[in-house]
Amino acid sequence: MNYTPLLLSLKIAGIATCIVLVFGTLFARLLARNQFPGKRIIESILMLPLVLPPTVVGFGLLYLFGNNGPIGSILMQAFDFQIVFTWIGAVIAATVVAFPLMYQSASAAFQNYDRNIENAALTMGASKFRVFWTISFPLAWPGLLAGLVLTFARALGEFGATLMIAGYIPNKTETIPLAIYFAVETGNSEAATFWVLSIIAVGFSAILWLNWWSGRNILKFTNDK
Amino acid sequence: MLELAITKKLKNFSIDTAFNVAEEIVVLFGPSGAGKTTILNCIAGLTNPDEGRITLNNRRLYLSKEKPIPVQKRNIGYLFQDYALFPHMTVKKNIDYGMKDKALVHKLISVIGIEHILDRYPQQISGGEKQRVALIRALATEPEALLLDEPFSSLDDKTREECQRELLRLHSIWKIPIIMVTHDYKEAEMLGNRILLIRQGKLEK
Repeated sequence: MNYTPLLLSLKIAGIATCIVLVFGTLFARLLARNQFPGKRIIESILMLPLVLPPTVVGFGLLYLFGNNGPIGSILMQAFDFQIVFTWIGAVIAATVVAFPLMYQSASAAFQNYDRNIENAALTMGASKFRVFWTISFPLAWPGLLAGLVLTFARALGEFGATLMIAGYIPNKTETIPLAIYFAVETGNSEAATFWVLSIIAVGFSAILWLNWWSGRNILKFTNDK
Repeated sequence: MLELAITKKLKNFSIDTAFNVAEEIVVLFGPSGAGKTTILNCIAGLTNPDEGRITLNNRRLYLSKEKPIPVQKRNIGYLFQDYALFPHMTVKKNIDYGMKDKALVHKLISVIGIEHILDRYPQQISGGEKQRVALIRALATEPEALLLDEPFSSLDDKTREECQRELLRLHSIWKIPIIMVTHDYKEAEMLGNRILLIRQGKLEK
């Protein structure tokens, strides 16, 4: 059995999750408690990949990053760097598709505690940076972690957009979902079954752990007399 | 000396008020929604007035059309109604967060008598203890003025009286301007050197 799809999937989902963690948290923190005109429109755009078919996202990414696209052509000319049909394309697809899940969780997490807790820290002379790292981030962490698990699971399962921008190149862009599809196509049901079972195992453990962990956290904050 | 003269438009009325606070306890007394908390927030720098000026010991905190001094640099203690203790830190870590002088904090802790709860988390202590911790935490930053937003409203009668006495005792040692918001007249009379009646954002005589 060739395990490259597993390693490739973990690498792509792992990197995408890191990117989404940073940007999802940042956007959520900036937007969660500030009111400004156009906020709802920005939020709708950020959430759009959740409701669009992944093929539409893939089409958009192919347009942007294709060798003749606005971003793709610049990268090609300046750095001789191609994104389409590489694993980096798969990372971009997974990032965009999973982003709304992190944004949604993080947004809820930052609105979930009393704002005066941050205000109190500010009146005590703490810089905004210190308040974020010592107050906001730890208090939002349970929600952020939940978002991370969902993001990772979604990135791991990404198929449609990945196929469109990264294509199916064995050992190069062959993630588990792609491996399953093409194993079925070529009648290799043994490999298909193996990958199906393994991705079910990963997804199930992630959700199970998340449920167990968040349940434990709720207990900690309510019954700790 | 804290001096302010500010106006700020709110949804249903405007705040338009001016008063000075020397080294005394001034009570802002009035019905809910009269703009009392907004006045405190303007002094603390959590929000800004539309116009006017706020000075503390001749230091300009706010002046129309100038960049206001940010919250972190005002050196004003603020005790919130629900205390806003950091739930993920022990009492000790809460107090140490903005501490300036360790010896002073030590003294405060023993004067108020909360040594036995230093290692507990806020959700593990009583309402009266939370109130005391929040007060010590605010004083640990050695503020030049102290703002109290309904600090005793969620306490039972006995604890409230104890905490009120402690505040008076601390103020007799620590002479700084204190502004307290309340809608309990008995409390206003007991604690205030002066009572300012606020209605719809304006002072009434």
